[in-house]
Amino acid sequence: MSQLWIATLVSSLICFLFKYLGYRIPESLLNRPVIQRINSLIPIALLSSLVAVQGLTIEQQVVIDHRLVGLLVAAIALSFKANFPIMMLLAAASSAAVYNL
Amino acid sequence: MAVAIPVGTYGAAFGAASIAAGFSILQTCLLSLLLFSGASQFAVVGVMGSGGSALSAIATGSLLGFRNGLYGLKMAPLLKLKGFRRLIGAQLTIDESTGVAISQETRGDDAARYGFWATGIGVYFFWNLFTLLGALGAGAIGDPAAWGLDAVVPAAFLGLLWPRLTDNKTRLLAISAALLALLLVPIVPAGVPIIATALLAVIFGSRAKR
Repeated sequence: MSQLWIATLVSSLICFLFKYLGYRIPESLLNRPVIQRINSLIPIALLSSLVAVQGLTIEQQVVIDHRLVGLLVAAIALSFKANFPIMMLLAAASSAAVYNL
Repeated sequence: MAVAIPVGTYGAAFGAASIAAGFSILQTCLLSLLLFSGASQFAVVGVMGSGGSALSAIATGSLLGFRNGLYGLKMAPLLKLKGFRRLIGAQLTIDESTGVAISQETRGDDAARYGFWATGIGVYFFWNLFTLLGALGAGAIGDPAAWGLDAVVPAAFLGLLWPRLTDNKTRLLAISAALLALLLVPIVPAGVPIIATALLAVIFGSRAKR
């Protein structure tokens, strides 16, 4: 089985198990302040590093290119409380514009 | 149904990004049908697309998916599900359905339950429909960068991150995580820099005081 199939099926299975276990385990087990705190912070760390790696690297090198323009435009749109579709369109359009210059 | 249009756009972006990362249309649609959690799905295709191993992709996607389990803990006493309905309810337990249910709780348990199911089913339908459309559309265009697709993925992550940056602690964590990941990128295998930043979250979260 290819790596892509393994990634597709195993991550789907694990993510479903997490969802299902939430309904099966006693609440007291995970309902501790430290777990709640870490759980709310993990997405922040992972999403932020994903922004950096997906936006600023190519093949394990840090690279500044058209994608950074898209990201900056996205950040400006978000700070003006733009909704998701608008933000994505602006990011894509500005990045593509710089790329096609 | 106010969530349908953003979900549709985001789903189309996922479909296109997944194809650009090398996944087939079938694999892309299975991720939306089976995994059904946007951030995890983007992480899986993002890590694989940047040359990471399946193990890194699974670890990153799973770490991001863990929060759905905690949503389930919150939803279980409200929904009181058994058997097959519990399997369906669990699969629909995501940011949007849990968020709507919690926001409706002041209007009573029935309203909260309705909010959960209406949102969960609506998002599932539109997410999967637009994943397919995005995947089909991406197959039709040539160079993803010429359409700005390579910027759409980090922008999508930024859009998910933004509302979580509510105070200085979360902003500091976000900046630290981004810097740590960029520092690690040249020296460890692809995918590992992202997982490594989860440790930062554990460190930040273990300290009770700011």
